[in-house]
Amino acid sequence: MIVATPKSVTELKNTIAQHGKVLFVGCGTCVTVCLAGGEREVGIASYAVRMARKIEGKPLQLSQMTIERQCENEFIKDVAEEAAKVDAIVSFACGAGVQAMAERFPGKPVYPALNTQFLGILEEQAVWTEKCLGCGDCMLAQFGGICPVTRCAKRMLNGPCGGSTEKHCEVSADRPCAWQLIYKRLESVGQLDRLDAIMPPKDWSTAWYSGARQVVRKDHRV
Amino acid sequence: MIQTDREETTATVAGAWEPQVIAFCCNFCAYAAADLAGAKRMQYPVNVRIILTPCTGKIEMEHILDAFEKGIDGILVAGCLEGGCHFIEGNLRARKRTDRIREMLDEIGVGSKRLKMVNFSAAEAPAFVRHVTEIVETVRALGPNPLKKSSQKESAVEA
Ligand code: SF4
Ligand code: SF4
Repeated sequence: MIVATPKSVTELKNTIAQHGKVLFVGCGTCVTVCLAGGEREVGIASYAVRMARKIEGKPLQLSQMTIERQCENEFIKDVAEEAAKVDAIVSFACGAGVQAMAERFPGKPVYPALNTQFLGILEEQAVWTEKCLGCGDCMLAQFGGICPVTRCAKRMLNGPCGGSTEKHCEVSADRPCAWQLIYKRLESVGQLDRLDAIMPPKDWSTAWYSGARQVVRKDHRV
Repeated sequence: MIQTDREETTATVAGAWEPQVIAFCCNFCAYAAADLAGAKRMQYPVNVRIILTPCTGKIEMEHILDAFEKGIDGILVAGCLEGGCHFIEGNLRARKRTDRIREMLDEIGVGSKRLKMVNFSAAEAPAFVRHVTEIVETVRALGPNPLKKSSQKESAVEA
């Protein structure tokens, strides 16, 4: 899922300083699960920003709602009625959701309430780690299901660097060495021979590096 | 939680601002200690209103923020001793939540000193009295919550 973190109350307050009537919109999917932009977080941020504005002597009229998903027009249309009544919208979705909202409501400022971080998973209560960069050409089969492109600090594709230890990556003691994990994993599934293959330099043309990508599936087009 | 723009009419004697403090007390320790303080006829400031909660872990951040928005001057969250929570770790969670709200209160401009979490056992009636007295004094020194209705603030200035 997409993992995001909330912006500070101060940043949020400053972003909407010029507006008097604002709508806070939460997203019920990834950012709800990562405790950043769901109904509850929208509620808490609303209290905070409204109070801060009252103290500054510039009261804010704030409405709030949370929809199932902000990255799909089908759900965004539920916002239209409320959106028409306000000067600006603050989106508590990932960057994709914020942009989808902005596209859907031309002439209406839409601001982000979160910092979108990465594609990752919940490791334990309130700890998330990045697992995939979305490189467009998945190599997980070769590496026992552990991604060196994302999880090795140097993106090594042919074995560990000289600083690798069994416990952690040399770049950060908080992080396991991806190559240690790959080795253990391939060993446990009896596929250590996969490491004999030399990986050619990665073709990055499928990745983000040349600008935003698009997926078109002809078989599903209507 | 449903948020309203409704202005609360709080009981303030015209001309003399007195701190208004809520003490959220957990059922198994803090509330029992408050009860004991009452039974022992111990004196504590009249500015405090006690709200019984099943556990401090049941207090949502929204409950605290809502009270501040409606103009409360200070909030005490009182739970069992750490390690002694009836629900094992409800009070530890409450501590993390109050810490987070304290940071937010500084950003908001209400100030973190108006919110305090304390821990004591059911037998510690004197601790209850001490903590309540302390928070009332802290809040008295800080003055009224800046979110209080202006009429209430004016009366505070006069006082
Ligand atoms: S190889 Fe690419 S697509 Fe596969 S997990 Fe790694 S970054 Fe993601
Ligand atoms: S220690 Fe391991 S994870 Fe870290 S950079 Fe070297 S090979 Fe990559």
